[in-house]
Amino acid sequence: MSNTAALIDIKGIRDGLLVKLGEGGWPALQAALINAIDERQAFFKGARLALDVGGQELRVAELTPLRDLLSDRGIFLWAVLSESSITEQTARNLGMATRLSKPRPPVVRPAAEPGEGEGALWLAHTLRSGTRIEYPGNVVVMGDVNAGAEIVAGGSVVVWGRLRGVVHAGAQGEKGVQVCALELSPTQLRIASEIAVSPKRKGKPQAEIASLKDGAIVAEPWQTKE
Amino acid sequence: MTGTVLTVTSGKGGVGKTTAIANIGVALAAKGQKVICVDGDIGLRNLDVVMGLENRIVYDLVDVIEGRCRLRQAMIHDKRLPELYLIPAAQTRDKTAISPSDMARLCNDLRTECDWVLIDSPAGIERGFHNAIAGADKIIVITNPEISAVRDADRVIGLVEAEEREAPQLIINRLNPAMVKRGDMLSVDDVLDLLAIKLIGLVPEDENVIVASNRGAPLTLDAKSKAGKAFHNIARRLLGDEVPFDELDTPGLLQRLLGRK
Repeated sequence: MSNTAALIDIKGIRDGLLVKLGEGGWPALQAALINAIDERQAFFKGARLALDVGGQELRVAELTPLRDLLSDRGIFLWAVLSESSITEQTARNLGMATRLSKPRPPVVRPAAEPGEGEGALWLAHTLRSGTRIEYPGNVVVMGDVNAGAEIVAGGSVVVWGRLRGVVHAGAQGEKGVQVCALELSPTQLRIASEIAVSPKRKGKPQAEIASLKDGAIVAEPWQTKE
Repeated sequence: MTGTVLTVTSGKGGVGKTTAIANIGVALAAKGQKVICVDGDIGLRNLDVVMGLENRIVYDLVDVIEGRCRLRQAMIHDKRLPELYLIPAAQTRDKTAISPSDMARLCNDLRTECDWVLIDSPAGIERGFHNAIAGADKIIVITNPEISAVRDADRVIGLVEAEEREAPQLIINRLNPAMVKRGDMLSVDDVLDLLAIKLIGLVPEDENVIVASNRGAPLTLDAKSKAGKAFHNIARRLLGDEVPFDELDTPGLLQRLLGRK
């Protein structure tokens, strides 16, 4: 393969190897990568690999075979870096990192104002333990947020289900955001820089809305106006 | 033959994966199925002990994958049943000795040999777990009615769903009806509420399980115990029978379960 070098850039980093892929179709890139590895098996064997795929949109159907191909060659794919949110989500779902080290402090930008009708991240399924969602705007979950799952949103968070995990709304400092759930019993709730833990509750769970009141997180039951 | 590859996994250790494999294997084989149990816990093998076959091991899973023996040579026949076999794990190697695609290939070979391939997964969500589910057609997640086990089961279900596979089914092991009644243990409903997947088995807590494991005679061999009956029921459900979930035979719970449908 003469053009392999143009497609693949390999660098040693603190956490192992960082491979940056160039532009091109995914099958060709994957073939070039495997080819480059097979040419230098001894060098790659046992490596921890982070893969920068640029803007490629990869789904489970692409990423799992690659992980297994690498695994066959004794290479552990621990991180996938991408500009595409689809690829990042896939990588996270498969338990891979999407950043090389600790995430840089988020760029401060005004969070989405609730009620402005701005686009929100729509998640039409239950978030299970181990899932982490980060989004600069509002987040809506149609399902439960189980204990062990985390949502970090720049704006408000609405959970149409039981909220038992950790939610951080207004993560960039926005104080006027809300967190609501049909059952609000998070492991921990953060709004802007405030942190609260759900009190032990008895009786039937009810829908509640949490927001900041005088610098403290307050949860109020949701009721229709009579 | 085109068998079904079934993996039992849990995330957390010690919830009863190996016991479940041994007993489901025995129960299926007792119903005339040809069953091969595979111990996927390389480096920490246990299934051979629970099945009472440890002194008959010559070749293991890694030998098959690395081509040191033929598949049939590694299959140890459990003589108590006509068609029950075990492929043990290697004890002197670790999880990196095989890869997910090795397992997928092995499962394809095994499928042609039998009706059921039962794979015992190691605890955890790393390489060993990926190996164990690589070739699976069906995945069963087993958990105990306690928060930490359920949390790990939830994580594992999430990982399985992330790979866009068929939704796993659930076994709740070690239920103690008296404790549930007193409110000291999560109930079946509590667990199902949280995990939201289909239930395939309820196994009551039973001291005989430990006795049987130590003797190397899975208690399903003799169906008198409560837990043994529960594993027979799981086997029947795997074969497509509609079996009511009356393993705990506490009327209140039974009614609640029936009310759910």
